[in-house]
Amino acid sequence: MTISIDSDDSNTKSLQPKGWIRYFSFSLDHKVIGIQYLVCGFLFYLIGGSLASAIRIELASPMSDFMPRDVYNQVLTLHGTIMIFLWIVPVVNGAFGNYLIPFYVGARDMAFPRLNAVAFWLIPPSGLMLVASYFVEGAAQAGWTAYPPLSITTPQSGQIIWIMSVLLLGGSSIFGGINFIATIIKLRRPGLKLMQLPMYCWAMLGTSLLVVLSTPVLAGTLILLSFDIVAHTGFFNPVLGGNVVVYQHLFWFYSHPAVYIMVLPAFGLVSEILPVHSRKPLFGYTTMVFSIMGIVVLGLVVWAHHMFTSGTPPWMRLFFTIATAFIAVPTGIKFFNWVATLWGGKISINSAMLFSCGFIINFVFGGITGVALAQVPFDIHVHDTYFVVAHFHYIVYGGTVFIIFSSIYHWFPKVTGKLMSEKLGILHFAITFIGFNLCFAPQHWLGLNGMPRRVAEYDPQFQFVNQISSVGALLMAISTIPFLVNIFLSIRNGKDSGDNPWNALTPEWLTSSPPPVENWEGEAPLVEEPYGYGKPISQEN
Amino acid sequence: MLNKNFYLILIVSAVFGISFWIGFNVNLLPVEASINAPIYDELFKILFIIGLIIFIGMTIAVIYSLFKFRKRKDQYGDGIALEGNLGLEIIWTIIPSVIVLIIGLYSYNIYDRMGGMKELNHSHEMMNSNTEKIWAGISQASNNEVASNNLSVEVSAMQFAFLFSYPKGEFISGELHVPVDHKVSMKMESKDVIHAFWVPEFRIKQDIIPGQPTILNFTPTKVGKYPIICAELCGPYHGGMRASIIVEEESDYKDWFNKNTKTEVSL
Repeated sequence: MTISIDSDDSNTKSLQPKGWIRYFSFSLDHKVIGIQYLVCGFLFYLIGGSLASAIRIELASPMSDFMPRDVYNQVLTLHGTIMIFLWIVPVVNGAFGNYLIPFYVGARDMAFPRLNAVAFWLIPPSGLMLVASYFVEGAAQAGWTAYPPLSITTPQSGQIIWIMSVLLLGGSSIFGGINFIATIIKLRRPGLKLMQLPMYCWAMLGTSLLVVLSTPVLAGTLILLSFDIVAHTGFFNPVLGGNVVVYQHLFWFYSHPAVYIMVLPAFGLVSEILPVHSRKPLFGYTTMVFSIMGIVVLGLVVWAHHMFTSGTPPWMRLFFTIATAFIAVPTGIKFFNWVATLWGGKISINSAMLFSCGFIINFVFGGITGVALAQVPFDIHVHDTYFVVAHFHYIVYGGTVFIIFSSIYHWFPKVTGKLMSEKLGILHFAITFIGFNLCFAPQHWLGLNGMPRRVAEYDPQFQFVNQISSVGALLMAISTIPFLVNIFLSIRNGKDSGDNPWNALTPEWLTSSPPPVENWEGEAPLVEEPYGYGKPISQEN
Repeated sequence: MLNKNFYLILIVSAVFGISFWIGFNVNLLPVEASINAPIYDELFKILFIIGLIIFIGMTIAVIYSLFKFRKRKDQYGDGIALEGNLGLEIIWTIIPSVIVLIIGLYSYNIYDRMGGMKELNHSHEMMNSNTEKIWAGISQASNNEVASNNLSVEVSAMQFAFLFSYPKGEFISGELHVPVDHKVSMKMESKDVIHAFWVPEFRIKQDIIPGQPTILNFTPTKVGKYPIICAELCGPYHGGMRASIIVEEESDYKDWFNKNTKTEVSL
């Protein structure tokens, strides 16, 4: 079966454009699609980042004086939506998944290349539609959670465009998920066992299961919400007898697993990066696999911890407290294993390594506040405050986005055959790490002391701490400059990297850099020990 | 070898020492002004100390590894081919499980002490007003339980204001006045979208939901004026949706009540 798919696509591929133009074509090459995801995601990151800067400018003073109040709500809604659905989810899943998974399983492409291209090409139009909704009647302004009845009563065109856009992006995500599951299970090269796969494959398998199981629930919920808005049905509209809390259950049934859809792939990527740069095998492969699957299972039964103040009976609060807190166990195992991977290695301190270590430190912090937030009595005070804002930015920015940067530094030579500048990379890391912590650490205090989230104005006693946070946000904005300069300089003038600059053992490095269209000139190599550092297999290299 | 263990013990005790010191000496929370607040702060202190130990420990481990095991200029080749250590992996599965379990049981205890496990639907619970248990939470409200309580207030929230009606006095106020050390029971309902009632100094919060009344009970312990903050995004003026709660001595409260009330009622 595998062979027939491959030969079919190689015919199509030979007809496809070469050179830079292929990145703007309906390419079926998984590597091209991966880069399309990455660059498209990064452009939306710049848009989402500009919105974040606007929020921090507004919050530098206690009064609502930078933009109108309804525009502020549109900005925070689109900031959240863009960063989640157009930057993090497509990049950690779509970009790196498409680029790496076929290499890791020893295939020449993904299982369904056309579906793959469709999944990508759904993203730019839905993203542009979302951004363009500013110019209709105003974009959605009910937050990225779109809780009814607020989402039913605010201006409708923006909200409907938001729903359409999220539905399309969810569809893209489901297509991608099906493709990853099929590729990992069915397209493995003969002789390659599941327990020999690099860890990112396991992370993507777990993530894709979550995508396929939970995204349809979000889609169904948003379709019902759109009925409430355009057809005046009463699913979630209390005026017509609807129940607003039911929407929250349905929404979080997707949106909590969505957190794992954003962090599990990052866990996989860091498991690829750390062994290479510390020259040691990944510590505890089997426990890593089981902890990923543990997180997948637990991740599906914790959603109501977002609703401790909304209307949940005591038994439900307790169940979700225990389930949520227990996610810390498999997650903790992974962090201990990564530190044990570093221990006793020969660590190259480069940009990829620094971003990965920054990820460990930030994520541990976010994980600790997460365990605290899981406790009902703790959460009741800080729910919907800046404490929560700080917590999830430690997870998704300090965690996942740090890993996205780490991965770009690590795989840039693979994609381009050029090395990136380490000086600029370390500068980028330093500004990002300082700016990030300056921006978000003080927000924990703000939340504990009485600043709710999603406000354009606040008590003047919080002004100084908010200004510290805004300075941190400014540094984060500045940090993209050395990164972009580094990318463009390295593409133009970067030093030749050779095929395998890190002497890595994972399969994507065992071909030329950049790789040929069908990934390998000859047969795909059988990599039984992707982390065999310190062993004879590594010495041969 | 002895030397190495000595340093390890030194570092571990330093991490514990620093964490406990910070946990007991750095206060990140506002004034404690209700019975709930000291219970909450007790939980916060424990979680803060455990969190600090783990965070500082992990950060030291990462930075130490980066420094100690960095590749020197003249070094080539790989680190040791250590693929795992079942014993260690079991230890760091069991220890976090135990910590999480203890935290879970402890927070259950805290929740119970806050009155979270009480069934609100039984009105006789409310008759027994001597009990120190306070309910900071939600249940489907039935009218009789509100009426049978010490001081009952009906809260209605709308874009972008709170209104407090005092059934015993038949009047409505924009400020919430309550006597100190008296249990207050609020039945809350929203007229339009979801709002939330939050008093940071009381460490309590409850969403106010349209079409589904919620109940929140608390006992203020400190005279003063505190902000009531809407914590759920409710529209453009969400940030400005605030009110005040004024906790006053019982005599002051009675004066205020009598000034406002339309019918003469003794408390």
